[in-house]
Amino acid sequence: MDSFFIATSLAKIIGILFVVILPMVAYAVYAERRVSAFIQDRPGPNRVGPAGLFQPIADISKLLFKEDFTPRHVNTFYYWLAPCLAMVPAIITIAVVPFGSTLLGVPMVIADINVGILYVFAIASLGVYGIVLAGWASNSKYPFLGGVRSSSQMISYELSLGLSVIPIFLVVGQLRLTEVVRYQIEHGWMIAPFVGDWTNPAKWLLAVPMIISFFVFMIAVFAETNRLPFDLPEAEQELAGGYHTEYSSMKFALFFLGEYAAMITGSAVIVTLFFGGWHFPRIPDGSHGWIFGLINIAVFFAKVAALLFVFMWVRWTLPRFRYDQLMRLGWLFFFEIALVNIFIVAAILAFIR
Amino acid sequence: MAYTVPRPKLNWRERMYLPAIVAGMAITIKHFKNMIFGRTKVTMQYPEEKWDSSLPDHYRGAPALVRDADGRVRCVACQLCEFICPPRAIKIIPGEIPATDRFAKVEKYPEEFDIDMIRCIFCGMCEEVCPEQAIFLRKDYAITGFTREDMMHRKDKLLEIGGVMHGVVLKWNEKK
Repeated sequence: MDSFFIATSLAKIIGILFVVILPMVAYAVYAERRVSAFIQDRPGPNRVGPAGLFQPIADISKLLFKEDFTPRHVNTFYYWLAPCLAMVPAIITIAVVPFGSTLLGVPMVIADINVGILYVFAIASLGVYGIVLAGWASNSKYPFLGGVRSSSQMISYELSLGLSVIPIFLVVGQLRLTEVVRYQIEHGWMIAPFVGDWTNPAKWLLAVPMIISFFVFMIAVFAETNRLPFDLPEAEQELAGGYHTEYSSMKFALFFLGEYAAMITGSAVIVTLFFGGWHFPRIPDGSHGWIFGLINIAVFFAKVAALLFVFMWVRWTLPRFRYDQLMRLGWLFFFEIALVNIFIVAAILAFIR
Repeated sequence: MAYTVPRPKLNWRERMYLPAIVAGMAITIKHFKNMIFGRTKVTMQYPEEKWDSSLPDHYRGAPALVRDADGRVRCVACQLCEFICPPRAIKIIPGEIPATDRFAKVEKYPEEFDIDMIRCIFCGMCEEVCPEQAIFLRKDYAITGFTREDMMHRKDKLLEIGGVMHGVVLKWNEKK
């Protein structure tokens, strides 16, 4: 633990959190509103600043100045704890995701730990506590129903979430996310192995189960982040807003932003696992100059932004699933597909090695 | 009467949902793309674009008093509009034209003419009933104010909205 390591880690944490993630969360809300408007043939928010670009600032200042109302019937401690628990896991998951190669010799990952993906799952599953506590502490029936739905949904989809990525680690052989990226630099992206000896049919054979696991993982992330078509916990038409019905002001905003932060970290994990992380063909890594280090970071977040667009696109296309359909889909389809997929990859690996 | 909703048997392709999902996503991205490239016709951006140029001739906006070509207020304070007005938005206090005046034979003029725009329902009956063609519904539709007093259109305000109307009302003609 030398001072250089501590200083660079602090710089990375502050830089990635306050310069990239939080503005990205704010602008994801803006982008969501614009994309939804465009899909529905509306112009969307376009009044605050050029093309409505200052809309997030206006939104946040409005939410900050609103009355922070605590209903008398709530359990105050958990009522206050829940918004924090919704936001914090979403943000700290980003710690293990390599968001760039190296910048001036410093690896662009906050914590390069060898349990990588396990840490991601461990923290991401804590996200459910924010919602369950919010639903329970509100002491009101609609939030409670939202919380109950959320817990069962998240537990169901956690299974397929975990099982669907096992094939990747069967191939890579390590849980460290930087190793996953390094493997993809050498052998090509998991779902599109164009790099290296890309005429080798064995690699394309391996890409097929990878695409299956990508879809299962993606859908499980939709369910984990409570996005449509799986936004049963908040289903405003049925549950009057679900778990955040009793919340107002910045506490409500924390739930709202926590959902977007979870979307961003979810997209970051997907990019790392399936789309080669910060790697893009023909762009060298940060050891060739600091400018390439910056470009690698930009490539990573461009991929994340593209995935965020897919999240929004899906949200404004598909209707919400019914609850029994959601459970059936999770337990009877994705769980099995993910499980069978592991055996397929194992068989392919045994065959080609 | 009990009615059983017929549930169509889905074939395996429909039960997989995937073709439907892909088709739906293709539709939404098409709308998104059209909007990006400016091919979508969006609704009128109201404060920047206004109805004014495309209002039809028969549009019924704010009622207003008009002057004739000589600059005279046409209203003769007959109070017919006050009586016909369904929400009773109009209040007229008539005054008498002195006998020495050039238009003495008209006898009355409106000393005060108020239209309460909070009450006005833009029905146009005042225009219809007016024997002097003195009150017209113009095309002003955005009547706003911060107080009730602001919404009270007095005589000068009504004349300002109304402007000058050329046309044949022969009452003022001395030869008649």
